[in-house]
Amino acid sequence: MAGDAKTMNLRLHVWRQTSVKDEGRFEEYAAKGVSPGMSFLEMLDVVNEELITTGKQPLAFDHDCREGICGACGVMINGNAHGPQGATTTCQLHMRSFSDGDELWIEPWRARAFPVLRDLMVDRSAFDRIIAAGGYASVRTGSARDANEILIPKQNADSAMDAAACIGCAACVAACPNASAALFTAAKVTHLAELPQGQPERMRRVVRMVDQMDIEGFGHCTNHRECEAACPKQISVAVIAQMNRDYLRAKLIAPADNENAGSGG
Amino acid sequence: MELKSNAPTGPIETRWDRHRFGMKLVNPANKRKYKVIVVGTGLAGASAAATLAELGYNVDAFCYQDSPRRAHSIAAQGGINAAKNYQNDGDSIYRLFYDTVKGGDFRARESNVYRLAQISVQIIDQCVAQGVPFAREYSGLLDNRSFGGSQVSRTFYARGQTGQQLLLGAYQALEKMIDAGGVKMFPRREMLDLIVVDGRARGIVTRNMVDGTMEIHMADAVCLATGGYGNVFYLSTNAKGCNVTASWRAHRRGALFANPCYTQIHPTCIPVHGDYQSKLTLMSESLRNDGRVWVPKNKDDVGKKPGSIPEEDRDYYLERMYPSFGNLAPRDISSRGAKTVCDEGRGVGPGGLGVYLDFADAIKRVGKAKIAERYGNLFEMYEQITAENPYEVPMRIYPAVHYTMGGLWVDYNLQSTIPGLFVLGEANFSDHGANRLGASALMQGLADGYFVIPATIGNYLASEGGGKLYEKRPGVDHAEAIKVRDEVSARLDKLLHSKKPTRTPASFHRELGKLLWDNCGMGRTAKRLEAALARIPALRQEFWDTILVPGTGEELNQTLEHAGRVADFLEFAELLCKDALHREESCGGHFREEHQVEEGPEKGEAQRNDELFQYVAAWEWKGADAPQVLHKEALDFEHVKPSQRSYK
Repeated sequence: MAGDAKTMNLRLHVWRQTSVKDEGRFEEYAAKGVSPGMSFLEMLDVVNEELITTGKQPLAFDHDCREGICGACGVMINGNAHGPQGATTTCQLHMRSFSDGDELWIEPWRARAFPVLRDLMVDRSAFDRIIAAGGYASVRTGSARDANEILIPKQNADSAMDAAACIGCAACVAACPNASAALFTAAKVTHLAELPQGQPERMRRVVRMVDQMDIEGFGHCTNHRECEAACPKQISVAVIAQMNRDYLRAKLIAPADNENAGSGG
Repeated sequence: MELKSNAPTGPIETRWDRHRFGMKLVNPANKRKYKVIVVGTGLAGASAAATLAELGYNVDAFCYQDSPRRAHSIAAQGGINAAKNYQNDGDSIYRLFYDTVKGGDFRARESNVYRLAQISVQIIDQCVAQGVPFAREYSGLLDNRSFGGSQVSRTFYARGQTGQQLLLGAYQALEKMIDAGGVKMFPRREMLDLIVVDGRARGIVTRNMVDGTMEIHMADAVCLATGGYGNVFYLSTNAKGCNVTASWRAHRRGALFANPCYTQIHPTCIPVHGDYQSKLTLMSESLRNDGRVWVPKNKDDVGKKPGSIPEEDRDYYLERMYPSFGNLAPRDISSRGAKTVCDEGRGVGPGGLGVYLDFADAIKRVGKAKIAERYGNLFEMYEQITAENPYEVPMRIYPAVHYTMGGLWVDYNLQSTIPGLFVLGEANFSDHGANRLGASALMQGLADGYFVIPATIGNYLASEGGGKLYEKRPGVDHAEAIKVRDEVSARLDKLLHSKKPTRTPASFHRELGKLLWDNCGMGRTAKRLEAALARIPALRQEFWDTILVPGTGEELNQTLEHAGRVADFLEFAELLCKDALHREESCGGHFREEHQVEEGPEKGEAQRNDELFQYVAAWEWKGADAPQVLHKEALDFEHVKPSQRSYK
């Protein structure tokens, strides 16, 4: 950081698209004097400032917290979701991961379920609808018992947390050749399945969420494991196995549960 | 205007219970006739929207992000306080109340703070029931840690992602109610004005950020949960989109703005490293549990490798200055400590604006694995940004703007000075006084949303308009609604067509931020505040004359969004400085260099002036060409007697 005196020049090919209806195309831009200590998004900021001052439309991209936790940002960089560095969101990717003279192809997430709104921004509301289908433990505010009355073994709490760390960025979908949302959906299913609080609605939840995933137009998981490699929070594909197991059980063994469980919610 | 806090009196332990019992209820069959607007879906907004819908109200919820799950509450790392006393270390509701009033430097309402401490207990129960994966001990019980400004371990946490997990809990409850039809969610919408009809808040004007459509939404009450104004400084730990627009527009429509000068500078952030820098990153305060803060004793050593500086040449200044709290001194005090040693020329790293946060001793004591378990994700984040490994070399940190205690003035019911306009979470001013203790923001957001507003909004709806506000709800074609919408459109049009469009919103934002950081930052003086007050109107004029926004208003236009927010920051900044200038004392996050303790063991500490300033400063908008008018709400301290805050 201190010794980042050397700057780089890069050639960017960025996907431009004015709206959902537009066909879209790559356009070329020069990113000059890029410092290795810059974040990837700060590099785009600099390009955008120049575009705006010359009266051109800047590159539209989603971003907010810029510390890798809100899940708003995310682009494909040379075919890699969130770029070349593992376990990193686009906003936390720094330009020291690149070299002078590099050529970067920057694209939005590509999936049928994610229409491109403009340039690098997509509509990920399908994810919200998957959560709305069952990604919760129904509890009426004010009706909870004392927190320490529910004992949860540390290992279960830890593995629930591992799954709950998902930030909903959708890199998993973008990385998957089938554009499957299995990792995202399974992370929430597993988070709640690991905990006693998640048991009453467990069967109903997994069926509703998986069905919603299909309705939204996501593909099926065929074990490419690209999602795990792209996930900035390193969520393991083991959660998908957990989801499939619960789904099968709900459909084959416990269909009654799936009808009745959680119907009070 | 008389400011009525509506805070109950009598025994403090039963104030909230008695107040709740005294409030009118809306019967279940009538609740579905009402509509409530909730703006913002962070902890306060999401929990409010979910709970109000659960009660049976129709809720329209709005956020500027693409999903309600992304509000900036998500970035809170360290934890949430609750007076559970699970550690049996002497905690109680009264102690949390006491710590919060004292931590706020005696500038908060006692009744509000007591209620917050009471509700803290229920919040943990609620969140655990929802499946929030808090850290556990091997026994299966909940784990706690300690946090700045407190001598007990009352902080509940989920690794370094507590805000994320609490927000996902609230978000999931919200999605459940969206699925059930109780909440209609409007993402990618920005509230650009408030609609007041017959003296009551009745609706909002929003812009659909995808296609630019201007929308009018009408309801029976409006809740703002739109966060703080830290981004007025440009560089802060807030998300890039955080802004003051919703609060500021409500202020211009008649809601008083309270204590804007109370801004919190967080002591542990990654230092600034370049002109292109777009935001600052916080390193959780929880790191101070195990990290030791130091700088070299001698100026000559600042350029040396930290490992090569022997123990006796290091100044662990927090441990030296505050032996009983040490590295866990409250935020305002720790930040000023860092500023002091850097001003003395002993700061480390580029520009001399940094201090070390060293884990070597902790790693020696408990082992690397234990430290990794506690802070692993924070260490990774630090390394990603700085390319330095904190397991091997000490972190470098420096204070940064993080939270704002000031906000729209609200009474005990969280109602602003506009009837029907309620303000929740960081957007209001109510609970933290002049300084917020760590792990208390999450507590306040959820207290307001899950437990306070559901009770108080019912009283408003049942009492106003003969209990039939819904019958008189104005339509979207009401003349006032159309007028407000047209004003908003005209303003956007002005941004798109300035006289000499040459400067970008970001360049104005940066300039304003630097002006405020230099003149209204960690240390303030009358002279510098006056200089800022002289410059801001000129900068604002320059903004409107030369602002450059490409494209149109009828499309997705992020430059236009930013320009609108900067325009409001340029108005708000003036009030911030004005409030800081008027408050001739130092308290909490507001440090006036003219007012410090001059001698004795507390030399150099903030010097309050209770005789003249023991009040809430609430400012009233009087039009663009008239100065704001100051109203005062006197503060009484029956239980925690104001004293010099000492953490020595």
